[in-house]
Amino acid sequence: MLTIALPSESPSVDAVMLEARASQFAKRSIKAATKLAGIDLAIACMDLTTLEGRDSPGRVRSMCAKALTPAPGVRSVAAVCVYPNLVATAKTALAGTSVKVASVATAFPSGLSSIDVKLDDTQAAIDSGADEIDMVIDRGAFLAGDERRVWDEIVEVKRVCAAAPRPVHLKAILETGELGSYDAIRRASDIALAAGADFIKTSTGKIGTSATLPVALCMAEALRDFENRTGEVRGLKVAGGVRNTKSALAYFVLLKETLDDRWLSPELFRIGASALLDDLLMQREKELTGHYAGIDYYTRD
Amino acid sequence: MATINFEYAPAPESTAPVKLRRRYEHFIGGEWRKPVEGKYFDSVSPSTEEKLAEIAYGSAEDVAEAVAAARRGYERYWRKLPPRERAKYLYRIARAITERSRELAVLETIDGGKPIKESRDFDIPQAASHFFYHAGWADKLRYALPGSPNAEALGVVGAIVPWNFPLLMAAWKIAPALACGNTIVLKPAETTPLTALLLADICIEADLPPGVVNIVTGDGATGAALVASDVDKIAFTGSTEVGRAIRRDTAASKKRLTLELGGKAAQIVFADASLDQAVEGIIAGIYFNQGHVCCAGSRLLVQENVHDEIIRRLRKRIATLRLGDPLDKNTDIGAINSRAQLEKIRELVQSGIDEGGELVQAPCALPERGFWFAPSFFTGVAPSFRIAREEIFGPVLSILTFRTPDEAIEKANNTPYGLSAGIWTDKGSKNMYVAQRLRAGVVWCNTFNQFDPSSPFGGYRESGFGREGGWVGLREYLNHR
Repeated sequence: MLTIALPSESPSVDAVMLEARASQFAKRSIKAATKLAGIDLAIACMDLTTLEGRDSPGRVRSMCAKALTPAPGVRSVAAVCVYPNLVATAKTALAGTSVKVASVATAFPSGLSSIDVKLDDTQAAIDSGADEIDMVIDRGAFLAGDERRVWDEIVEVKRVCAAAPRPVHLKAILETGELGSYDAIRRASDIALAAGADFIKTSTGKIGTSATLPVALCMAEALRDFENRTGEVRGLKVAGGVRNTKSALAYFVLLKETLDDRWLSPELFRIGASALLDDLLMQREKELTGHYAGIDYYTRD
Repeated sequence: MATINFEYAPAPESTAPVKLRRRYEHFIGGEWRKPVEGKYFDSVSPSTEEKLAEIAYGSAEDVAEAVAAARRGYERYWRKLPPRERAKYLYRIARAITERSRELAVLETIDGGKPIKESRDFDIPQAASHFFYHAGWADKLRYALPGSPNAEALGVVGAIVPWNFPLLMAAWKIAPALACGNTIVLKPAETTPLTALLLADICIEADLPPGVVNIVTGDGATGAALVASDVDKIAFTGSTEVGRAIRRDTAASKKRLTLELGGKAAQIVFADASLDQAVEGIIAGIYFNQGHVCCAGSRLLVQENVHDEIIRRLRKRIATLRLGDPLDKNTDIGAINSRAQLEKIRELVQSGIDEGGELVQAPCALPERGFWFAPSFFTGVAPSFRIAREEIFGPVLSILTFRTPDEAIEKANNTPYGLSAGIWTDKGSKNMYVAQRLRAGVVWCNTFNQFDPSSPFGGYRESGFGREGGWVGLREYLNHR
């Protein structure tokens, strides 16, 4: 592992041209074979998610079944994403399959607990079988200017992940909707990457503002520069706000034109979503058969 | 998992809305009129080299008829009309452009070679917005010239427009001319007359009185005849060379004149700029419309300590530009407008190589038929190179370096042109310091190519004089009174 240090500064990001560039991605016209390939890729990159106070073992088991076989003849999603208490249930339901179990941790979604609680939370999720940890960064500390604390926490959580008996991937949720500017999003991205996050992730899905194309572009630029500086390749996860096929495909255009084709893979890109899957399945059917099936032909988990 | 093939499949815009006629006549006095000499020339699609239609060739006689029709239109109808009634016609034209926007966009792309995404998202909406904006002015002209509440129309305007934004440039002239109470004779560019002729259809549909808008097609000789004719004003957009001739020919005459000419705009990138966003601005500044833009940011001045970083990013970014069928919705770079222009670009690029510049070109395949030039930039350019001084009017960027803000300002101003400039820095005070010292009609800060009908556009020095758009643009079409 590299010697890591809190990066001294991050490049500035100008909102006007960033948003102008991002708007071009959604204007690419994705048709025919490209569209079908994109739909299959979106399914393969999906972290099918349920993060509600009322989540129960029964609900998680039925979601896992759908994650494994979204529809007849359709391959599995990348992972399911659940609260720590439900990791064991998901792990049992998905035993022996390729579908990973991701768990939110570190006092999700606010992250406003002591570091000990956060580390215990992470350890518990790993002990229950989690393959991936989606941690939240401490936005309060970040906005108060205490970057050191944000960085230390990611380093600590990463240490817990690295100590696990199997590879456990760490995704750092920046909750970009709370950071207030693209400069801050870029800064948080750089801190998280330097601290060892395997993925940087946009949002918790728990506040109004979730993933957007400009935010993802800002983070993709951080990933590109990070590889350029260190030679290390890290991933991006967009979460919340990706509700239909068209918007999912725009993210692939963004990745292709900002990073490169290596990111068109669940190894380096994830979409955290729930409602999106049904739209992808409908659009897939449309591409294959030429017509839409009714919404009741798709399962509600 | 292996990565997937996500190459964009072709997504061509349908040409169904466009009904090309075999032959187009002049539009004079509200009707289609055959050329007096009976001569026609071909309009060719620059992306396929296919003949699109035959276009009437305008002689001095045709021009004289059109000017006479415009004079009758002015005396009989337009000057007698209450201003709010003029506004109604302009609103009607604006709405018709919006309603027929797809047809106009496809036609503009077929005729001129520009990507459909630009004609669809820029040219046509901007043309409509110029009519909407000026329609609002028609009955408020007493406020247009401060201290001159009785300002009145000039009479007949002769307008000569270029081939880079055919309909939009026509709109820039027609909308303010009509709003101010003038009638007009328009001479579209030889290679791109079709959308202006479709605008004639729209004028007929809008029931515009005969002679208010007249269109005579032809080449430079037709334009010269218009300049020599009995008009009250010439509004010209085009090359500095032609502009110079027009100024000579209209000197000591009654004719008012506005010229919007060439440019060699500097884009100044400071080390403290948001570099990724500056790269986007550089790309937009030089490759928009294949660089056929008078205000194109064709001279990039980069602070020396970020030069290599900018080049690295530019190299990567131009590789993502898609060149090809202009009708494909995913095309970023369309066809060069004409064979003559392509040859001019090639000649200047060769001079850049000969003088010692290092040429970098996007690795894209060029179609076999049609006129194409890959997006390119030169590094290692000295201010003395021809490619640093002359307007290339193509997708070719010349990159120079500087060390201090004052050196950047000096280099940026060291050109006979002065149409536009761009500044990229994160520091507001530096933006202001530099912007105040650049001799250019438009200075964009941390953005580029932003246009609005309410914002005046025009040049310093050999980029011309007079402004188009905004309330200051109105005074070019009014007499003080």
